[in-house]
Amino acid sequence: MMESDTARKLAVLVCIWAALLLAPYWMPPLGGYTALGTRVLILGLAAMSVNFLLGFTGVLSFGHAAYFGLGAYGAGLSLKFLAPSTPLSLLAGTLLGGLAGAILGTLIVRRRGVYFAMVTIAFGQVFYYIAFQWSSLTGGDDGLRGFSRQPIDLGISKIDILSNSNNFYFFVLFCFALVAAIMGFILRSPFGRTMLAIRENERRARFLGIPVERHIWIAFTLSCFFMGFAGALYALLNNFADPKGLHFSQSGDFVMMAVMGGMRSFWGPLLGAVVFVVLQDYLSSVTVNWMSFVGLLFVLVVLFFPRGLLGVVRRKVTS
Amino acid sequence: MAADLFSKRIDRRTVIKTAALAGAAQIASPFVIAARAADAIKIGMVDPLTGVYAAVANNEVLGAKFAVEQINAKGGVLGRPLELLVEDSANDVGTGVQKTRKLIDRDQVQFIIGDVNSGIAQAMAQVTAEKKVLHVVSGGHTDGITGKDCKWNVYRVCNTTRAEANSVAELLFTKYGKKWHFITPDYAFGHTLQEAGLANLKKLGGTMTGNELTPLGTTDFSAYLIKARAANPDVLLVLPQGSDMVNCLKQIAQFGIDKQIHVAGLQQELESLEAMPPEARVGIWMFEWYWKQPGVAHVDQFVADIRKRSNGKVPTARTWFGFTSVQTYALAANHEKTLDAEKLAKALGNFELPPEVKLQPNKVYYRDGDHQLMSSAFVGEALSKAAGDPEDLFRVDHVVAGDKTNPPVSETGCTLKWPA
Amino acid sequence: MLQLLLFNVTNGLIIGAFYVLMALGLSLILNLSNVINFAHGGFLVVGGYIAYTITPYVGFWGALLIAPPLTAVIGIAVERVLIRPLYGRDPLYSLLLTFGLAFIFEDGTRFIWGAQGKPVTVPAILAQPLSNEFFFITGYRLFMVATVALAVTLLFVLLRYTRLGIRIRAGTLDLETVSGLGVNVGMLRSLNFAAGIFLAGLSGVLAAGQLGLEPTMGAGLLMPSFIAIIVGGVGSLTGTLLGGLLIGVASGITAVFLPAASEAIMYVLMAVVLLIRPRGLLGEEGMMT
Repeated sequence: MMESDTARKLAVLVCIWAALLLAPYWMPPLGGYTALGTRVLILGLAAMSVNFLLGFTGVLSFGHAAYFGLGAYGAGLSLKFLAPSTPLSLLAGTLLGGLAGAILGTLIVRRRGVYFAMVTIAFGQVFYYIAFQWSSLTGGDDGLRGFSRQPIDLGISKIDILSNSNNFYFFVLFCFALVAAIMGFILRSPFGRTMLAIRENERRARFLGIPVERHIWIAFTLSCFFMGFAGALYALLNNFADPKGLHFSQSGDFVMMAVMGGMRSFWGPLLGAVVFVVLQDYLSSVTVNWMSFVGLLFVLVVLFFPRGLLGVVRRKVTS
Repeated sequence: MAADLFSKRIDRRTVIKTAALAGAAQIASPFVIAARAADAIKIGMVDPLTGVYAAVANNEVLGAKFAVEQINAKGGVLGRPLELLVEDSANDVGTGVQKTRKLIDRDQVQFIIGDVNSGIAQAMAQVTAEKKVLHVVSGGHTDGITGKDCKWNVYRVCNTTRAEANSVAELLFTKYGKKWHFITPDYAFGHTLQEAGLANLKKLGGTMTGNELTPLGTTDFSAYLIKARAANPDVLLVLPQGSDMVNCLKQIAQFGIDKQIHVAGLQQELESLEAMPPEARVGIWMFEWYWKQPGVAHVDQFVADIRKRSNGKVPTARTWFGFTSVQTYALAANHEKTLDAEKLAKALGNFELPPEVKLQPNKVYYRDGDHQLMSSAFVGEALSKAAGDPEDLFRVDHVVAGDKTNPPVSETGCTLKWPA
Repeated sequence: MLQLLLFNVTNGLIIGAFYVLMALGLSLILNLSNVINFAHGGFLVVGGYIAYTITPYVGFWGALLIAPPLTAVIGIAVERVLIRPLYGRDPLYSLLLTFGLAFIFEDGTRFIWGAQGKPVTVPAILAQPLSNEFFFITGYRLFMVATVALAVTLLFVLLRYTRLGIRIRAGTLDLETVSGLGVNVGMLRSLNFAAGIFLAGLSGVLAAGQLGLEPTMGAGLLMPSFIAIIVGGVGSLTGTLLGGLLIGVASGITAVFLPAASEAIMYVLMAVVLLIRPRGLLGEEGMMT
């Protein structure tokens, strides 16, 4: 029983990575395009970061787009003003998103439930307004322009990720794998187990002497670092950063991806991102009223698939 | 059997299965789009069909669709029909860029139009330049597009903020007075519009009593209006656009400020005037195109054609932008007998629009040096009471040629870099 | 300068009164049902459009009376069909659901009434300033403040002196006990939700007279109400009242000196309140954790 379980898990993992690695080859014949695949990966990574907090600590942040957007601006500003280096821009974005999260986290961690959500939305909007109003630095509503991703210098050769969209996809996939591995590692560590304990029964965890607030703060901060990294990749994808990326409506999309895919599972949010991004991309091409359909999707998922797609599959397997 | 039928569990599962199947069908369908006319020339349009610019964007799409219809009825482009693919940018840069890539990479369009939002238009221009696809910006006004950020493959139909300011300033100055107070939306578009207005004012020898920077999306303008009135200017220039402008003018009318100070502005659109109650429709403005032009060839026919396709609504400047963008491509391609982007871009330099497309007096042409369309400014006054037709909300006093309102190429900051 | 400041404090109070109206509706629903209603802005827009549609037949005053209850009816339908199944589940779900509803509302209004903004004319008697010096106090704005004051008073009387109100207040504190005492909690929640949406509809009618009526207008008005609730303290309607007026005045004053920060000042205020007094100005102990 145990063996077949591990074997199944391994098989699923192999399938996921094979599909991701070969995406630039199987998507175009099916009507997709590489840039869509890259977008799915980046937004999927963001949804996994939100879920790192939501699914594994049980704390709902509805303002995580702020740290995503900060990551984008961090990457853009570093490319524009510091140095034309892609790795540096990723570092800058990650740090900006993560540090902002670390500081605000101290103000937020005492809240729970809806109030946690409300306060995170409100603080997220602070950054939205800063990006929106500080036009001399951020370009305001027009967005931050005038930078582009730079070739990756490996010493022996340079990889062009700007004009070759397949190369950029593989670069993003590499980054994605790296962060996913770190996330998985943390979740398997004792710290990750403690997060689960807090999610399952906070009071009990507190009685066991676990410093709950500090753990939630660490989880919040970590997820903000991941978010900043995803945002930095997003800036590289668009060669652009704009305030919309920080808005709470973007946060709502991320939470939806996590819930739709299945927030109790590690890969769920990625699946959610695939479905959400592809569906939105498709719907908005065929009908002006795509917003109604996306809204309806929210309603249907909440009412009928609260455990998400993977939740449904898993129940089927176990039953 | 009966138990199965009524068992809740099965019931629920069937529901879920059906829903999942329906969902799968939805997701699968984007991949079944092969059934398109193979010989059609595809052109793509990216515009914010949802969000705050939806009304103007929809008018641009209407004009573009009509142009395609007209061109195809006359035999298409190089004997092939045009097919217009419209994508919603949702007023979001990321989405706009994505949709542009989708149109170019997947749908293999030959030509791109868009966007109303200047920021998105500029981000799109980065993509079209990278992909070497001809691009006409239909409705984004920021100067940089045909200024310091100009690109060999990008042309623009709508005006620069500089040209808009130049067209109205003198009339305002002589008719209303020389002390001006600005209400400026606090972002790139507003800043350039205000700077251009101020430069004109200084040249004419007037003074500025103040400049209120209002955040984009301001709903309540009273704090700024309190300050503006305290400064006691001759003219109050209202520069915000869209719903901000509607809110501002509505409040100006309710405060009765228009009865003490002359209210005016630079750019005005029919979409905004139609969203305002009569008492808020005041002041001197410029339109980029207006539907009522007695005696000008082809205009009445165009208005009648559009009305047939829009439940009787007249075309606005936006409709004309969309129409002209598509016509530009067809004219150039038929003239040059090629679809090659670089050749077409070269050919469009100093290309003059024929009467049935320009739909206005004066010479209308794309300037070689910065790729900006030199079109006329329609300067006049907003009407509280519609003159006859309920959509006739503006009285055109002067039609100023684009050559007179646009600064010379040397002042735009544009240097075109052609591919080697 | 002093006069300018005084003008703007008064002006801020007027703006704040509007935030209060919207925030109270949001607060009512949040307190009893633990639902953050993201679709509140959507209901506001619907209220505005209903008023616009019926004005030609019943006039402005008729629309003011009819549109809010009609909006409340839509609210009850939404609550019964969509939100009721979510009580008792993680608040995440009701949040996502109303978030999706906001999409549907925006798209629906655009589908029905078009993307083009609609002109709304207020009665001539309200559409002028009261005096030349205090020109920013127009009949309409005064009327708005009066309407808000009336609505707030009625709401507080309802909550304090009627059986329904007392039950709602009790339910806010301890719903289980109220249910145990034989009160029909489902009905209580429906009526409470309807009251909240009524206020949203009323805000919509009032806003349509002053702002441009278009499908996206709700989104921008939602955030100030959120902040009013957080600043005032969750669980306290008096706190929400205070919070709304406070951020109105703060943003009115900031608009004089640093307009770019007039929106951001609300968030600064919120951060300061959360730092000094985490449960908000008048928040109940324990409600905010």
